[in-house]
Amino acid sequence: MKETILKRMKDLPSVHLLGGGTAMCAGCGALGALHEIYDVLGEKTVFINAAGCMTLLANYPFTPFRGSWLYTAMASAPAGAQGVRDALDILLEQKRISSDENLEAVVLTGDGAAYGMGLSATSGAIERGLDFIYLCYDNEGYGNTGQQFSAATPHAARTSTSTGPAGYSGYKKDLFAIWAAHRPAYVATVIGAEPVDLSRKIETARSLKGPRLILALAPCPTGWGYDPELSIDVGKLAVQTGIWPLKEYIDGQVQHTKVPKARRPVEDYLRLQGRFAHLFEPQRQDKLIDEIQGRVDAYWQNAAG
Amino acid sequence: MSGRLLTGNGAAAWAARLAHVDYVPAFPITPQTEIIETISRWTDSGEMPARMVTLESEHSMLTAAGAAAATGVRVFTATSSQGLLYAMEMIYAVTGWRVPFVLVNVSRGIASPVTLESDHNDIMAARDSGFLQLHCSTCQEVLDSILLAYRLAEHQRVRLPAIVNLDGFYLSFTREAVDLPDADTVRRFLKPYDPENIKFRASQPVSQAVAVLGGSQYSYFRYEIHLAALNAIEVYREIAAEFADLFGRSYEAVETYRTEDANIVFLMLGSFATKGKDAVDRLRDGGANVGLVRPRLLRPFPEDEIRRAVTGKQAVIVIDQNLSMGKGGVVHAETASVLYGIPDAPRVLLSFIGGLGGRDISAEEFYEMVAIAEQAIASGDTPPPRLLFTEDELREIRKLQAVAQVEREELL
Repeated sequence: MKETILKRMKDLPSVHLLGGGTAMCAGCGALGALHEIYDVLGEKTVFINAAGCMTLLANYPFTPFRGSWLYTAMASAPAGAQGVRDALDILLEQKRISSDENLEAVVLTGDGAAYGMGLSATSGAIERGLDFIYLCYDNEGYGNTGQQFSAATPHAARTSTSTGPAGYSGYKKDLFAIWAAHRPAYVATVIGAEPVDLSRKIETARSLKGPRLILALAPCPTGWGYDPELSIDVGKLAVQTGIWPLKEYIDGQVQHTKVPKARRPVEDYLRLQGRFAHLFEPQRQDKLIDEIQGRVDAYWQNAAG
Repeated sequence: MSGRLLTGNGAAAWAARLAHVDYVPAFPITPQTEIIETISRWTDSGEMPARMVTLESEHSMLTAAGAAAATGVRVFTATSSQGLLYAMEMIYAVTGWRVPFVLVNVSRGIASPVTLESDHNDIMAARDSGFLQLHCSTCQEVLDSILLAYRLAEHQRVRLPAIVNLDGFYLSFTREAVDLPDADTVRRFLKPYDPENIKFRASQPVSQAVAVLGGSQYSYFRYEIHLAALNAIEVYREIAAEFADLFGRSYEAVETYRTEDANIVFLMLGSFATKGKDAVDRLRDGGANVGLVRPRLLRPFPEDEIRRAVTGKQAVIVIDQNLSMGKGGVVHAETASVLYGIPDAPRVLLSFIGGLGGRDISAEEFYEMVAIAEQAIASGDTPPPRLLFTEDELREIRKLQAVAQVEREELL
């Protein structure tokens, strides 16, 4: 593993590559993370996209990307990366292109594709040892269609298809563990609100070959129900409460990269968001809040051991 | 004919090898699997310098095929039936990427009920996708059509993927003598692939398959696909003529067999046309003036060639090995659309559905179809479409049902 030079805010790239004026919502946590990620990945990339919010970044005839883009379908962006990577490797091997023309294949999908419809294609790509980066912006629901619950939706969250008093009855799928079980080159969780940790992980991912997942929690003002100016606060609280552990899997080991010293109560995170308002109004649902806190506590107890 | 004994699947694999394809994304499915097994053997032994990758589904396979073609390499892939349907989202999507590659479909009936045997409902499902379609009737034609398909798909005025269709079992597993063209002549016909501006390169960023907002932009791109597919008819004529010069085998967009002085012609696709031709010979021996018309191209639809082949005839008998539920035969409807209002169009246009799920069409049935056509010519009344099915077949089905019923009652 290459030692990274990214240690402080001032080490981050000062030139920003992703263009502005896109169709994303104000305060979009996915776009924020993508800005930071693109600054490190650079323009020698081809983004292979699956149906989701980010599909609307490239709108004919405009794109915020300086590099290339290929929209595929909801289920098969990793297979698109397979075709692009294999074709570039063939061209390089046969010296039909020079190494200057090479590109990094980067899959860009939301949680709907990453946790659900695209999981078979993802598993296949990892098992084939495909050399690619998978970037998932996880806004914990089918955001582009109005925030219906997905396999990434947290327990008790209200979505447009879980409107009852207890919210979503399921539990967020552990995509990090599913990836790690495939023994890929790299898996990392990130969040835009922690740019140094994020950029260091992108730098690490760049230095490796093989299947690499960057799983970015993407606070979503529209879907989660909070003011767009709070996106960074929500993101920081996701880390400080321990709800979104920042970690990486490398060489068969999982390491936490930013352990909250004194974890704040999950309530601080939940209270900011309309999707959890039913836990506090019209009456407080202690059982659900305690369950969420209990699961976070149990996670960190295991993580410490 | 001289040459090597090859199955239709073997001929398809040989075509991919002779076409010097770079990349073969694959997924096994009966009756196509022999194609990818053959190619895999050659890539493993180094006889074929292509890269083959087995994906985890046909949907992914088509995505990888389109993505690799969009990156600028020559791509070959193959599927059948349920696999084609599983890939259908991408079949439609990749045509909009305007990337040339060749997909071989080994036709097989689609579920339900599930079957392994052949008919054309799978390939008809891809009819409106923008893929060009070439339909084969012999193993030689499978090999040659794949070479033609690359030229057609990669042509600057076309740039669309192409499907070469061969019938499962009847062609896929039937050995015929196939003349393997020598590699140098193939190279003269099909030059190494130059993707021109279809590629992803660090120095030339491209955004492919981006979203559009609004119907005008959407219509613009959809019309472009259609116009490119229409261009393919003229391009096909040019390259088929060039192919005939180089290889001595002629593949017009529509094959005509003993049609010149015919009153009645069969019109059908694929390998069953061989049975049709045999029936034509026997009927002619009996004094009937019949012939056969076989479109090789289904997309683009060779309207001029079909009109030319059938105008002045008294009756056309369209035999569809597909069934559009609630309507009838797809080729029948398409044929009607090119004949309506044309001077000297045949007055009688008959529709028969047959050969579904590998069911044979017997010589007697061909004779009966001609007898019905003769009655229709005499009476001026065209009977409704018929589903070929005999009393014996129905009796067999009833027997099976009776046996099953008895077995069930014994268990109760």
